[in-house]
Amino acid sequence: MSIADDAGVWSRPFTPSRIGGQAPAAKMVTYAALVLWTAVVLLPLYWVLITSFKLPVDVDTGPKYFPFLDFQPSLHAWRYIFVDLGRDTLRPYMNSVVVALVATTLAVSIGALAAYALVRIRFQVKLAAVACFILILIGVVVSVAFFAVAWQVAVAAGGALFVLFLSTLARRFRRAASNSDVEFWIISNRILPPVVAVLPIYIMFQHLHLLDTQVALIATYTAVNLPIVVWLMRDFFAGIPIEIEESAQVDGCSRFRIYFSVVLPLARSGLAATYMLVLILCWNEYLLALFLSNANAQTMPILVSAQNGTRGPQWWYMSVLIVIMIAPVVAIAVALQKHIARGILVGAVKG
Amino acid sequence: MAVVVSPAAIDEATFGGLGGWVDRHAGRIMVLPAALIILAFAIFPLIISGYLALSRFAISPGGYTLRFVGLRNFQKLYFGSQQYHLLGTFGAFGVVEWTITIAVALGLLIWLARYLRSPEFWLLGLVGRLVSAALAIAVVLLLLATIVAGGFPGSLVTTLIYVVAGVAVQFALGLGLALLCAQPIRARNWFRVVFFVPLMVTPVGIAYTFRMLADMEKGPLAPLRFALHLGEFAWATDPWLARLVVLAGDTWQWTPFMFIMLLAAVEARPQEQIEAARVDGAGPFQIFRHVTWPAIAPVAATVVLIRLIEAFKIVDLPNVLTNGGPGLATESLTLHSFIAWRTQDLGGSAAIGYTLLFVSTVTCISFFNFSVQRARRYQT
Repeated sequence: MSIADDAGVWSRPFTPSRIGGQAPAAKMVTYAALVLWTAVVLLPLYWVLITSFKLPVDVDTGPKYFPFLDFQPSLHAWRYIFVDLGRDTLRPYMNSVVVALVATTLAVSIGALAAYALVRIRFQVKLAAVACFILILIGVVVSVAFFAVAWQVAVAAGGALFVLFLSTLARRFRRAASNSDVEFWIISNRILPPVVAVLPIYIMFQHLHLLDTQVALIATYTAVNLPIVVWLMRDFFAGIPIEIEESAQVDGCSRFRIYFSVVLPLARSGLAATYMLVLILCWNEYLLALFLSNANAQTMPILVSAQNGTRGPQWWYMSVLIVIMIAPVVAIAVALQKHIARGILVGAVKG
Repeated sequence: MAVVVSPAAIDEATFGGLGGWVDRHAGRIMVLPAALIILAFAIFPLIISGYLALSRFAISPGGYTLRFVGLRNFQKLYFGSQQYHLLGTFGAFGVVEWTITIAVALGLLIWLARYLRSPEFWLLGLVGRLVSAALAIAVVLLLLATIVAGGFPGSLVTTLIYVVAGVAVQFALGLGLALLCAQPIRARNWFRVVFFVPLMVTPVGIAYTFRMLADMEKGPLAPLRFALHLGEFAWATDPWLARLVVLAGDTWQWTPFMFIMLLAAVEARPQEQIEAARVDGAGPFQIFRHVTWPAIAPVAATVVLIRLIEAFKIVDLPNVLTNGGPGLATESLTLHSFIAWRTQDLGGSAAIGYTLLFVSTVTCISFFNFSVQRARRYQT
């Protein structure tokens, strides 16, 4: 830290004043590099912000850098987006808010429950049962698709077969998947590129007449983010001292009671970090919304990317949309940087 | 089975038999919703997609028909009329190309031969290594034919460029910034917050912003063009410049991820060893090589793995920033698949998706087995 004040800065610019300290010259280079990267990070954000206050003429006549010095800021683009296009802007915005909030809440509640069970409760899933389930599932699909069996009949028959199998043959099989296998299976879904899964999901929602609705987006976002929730929450739960849960168990609480009234309050900070991260991922999601929505359920990223054709070079309107789209996430990132970063870290370092 | 032997006198009394049953199966009941959702939205679609990839989709009066066509979709993409789009146009191999190919092939053979003679040999390991080696040689051939030999890269090659170049640059920048930020400097927290922000910004917004920035007529970098006497300068019509702009956007967004992770790892390195090394007169480079690097290697490998997984999925940046153009120059596999879907070629779209799935899975698993595992062993 000390810059060798008493000896004078320039007397020994290339030797550190103490072991573990830094030579002043090295320090200069360090700060220069950090400030340079700060500029790289902030320039795009600054540019999009000031462009949203520019008049078309200020954009077209070459770069203008500083409001009030180079150009006179104007609210015309903001007025156009919010007043003239009010409803067209508000609807995608509300779609984004609703979809992100609901999907995140669902994903975090379902995923955290699963993560807790995977960390704390030892259980086994018979491989034979899984194989049987998949075989029956394929059988049901094939019979519906190729032999024109009514799907209600096929599902009922499949369900009955599965129950029959579980109560009779399943007892003979021993090999079972343990917690870590199930955990790995859930987390490995992250590798699956969404574009592979989205085509059948599209067809499925088409059959259910749910295309271009918030429901379709919420369901898909929940599913896509579940692996992340399980992955992060697992480590948060594992960090809670097990003695607390054991004493609650001795007191006669059921597993669910322990989970809701003991474990969840203790995992609050981890839960919040996971929630924020998933919320941001849902907010930013692009590809799935591109497939599954077009007008009614359109989210902000789709609205912004659709401007491409209609008003490509009209940067001032674009900038307003981008600013209102990224303002919430930037605010969250700045305010909760420590917590979110910790969330990402916990998952990655132990993963 | 639940380990809870005799749960809950209280709950038993409250809920009777049902409560007891629920409690005994609590583990399965808790996991079941998540497992069902993933089955419905990942595994099941994956299987159907596999079927789609093997069939031809056509709109017919009153709906659509699916006709099973076997591997014809893949044939069209790899060897037929769509080869230029997925793999690219090939140039003729010269001496340089053949030399590189033979060198790589020899290297892979030596690697396999070593494994054959090593004590840890087992059959499944060999199969895995054969798949990895086959993919490696195929990728090298493809890169040589489409880039070095003067061909034109298709969407698979473009995706590989994004993944390899992007991850490498982001790792280097992230590591550099983390090393700088781990020093005792002022305003550390401030730098940390600022450097973190891009990770959270919506990629579509980044894409448009970078389009503005890259505008050499009206963007903020226009004076640079005059200063460097570049004259007319249109990045949007030059394939490599367009890819560079996409990579710049990607790097802006993802360097923070590397930075955050590596910073935590760098800060956790053993301080006494560094002090000791310094007392012994070690230079900064030696300290990095012998103290810092071994300490952060496991985290570094894991971070690269996570980034690899995500990098293969890139789509928003090329679609919005350049629309895949000029020509096919910036089109990623996911974008290619989307374009095929939009032209009603569902089979082709699913086949491209499966190609992406195969390449990314083999790459990530190979990286995990040959780097992440080794890095973790290295530490212990």
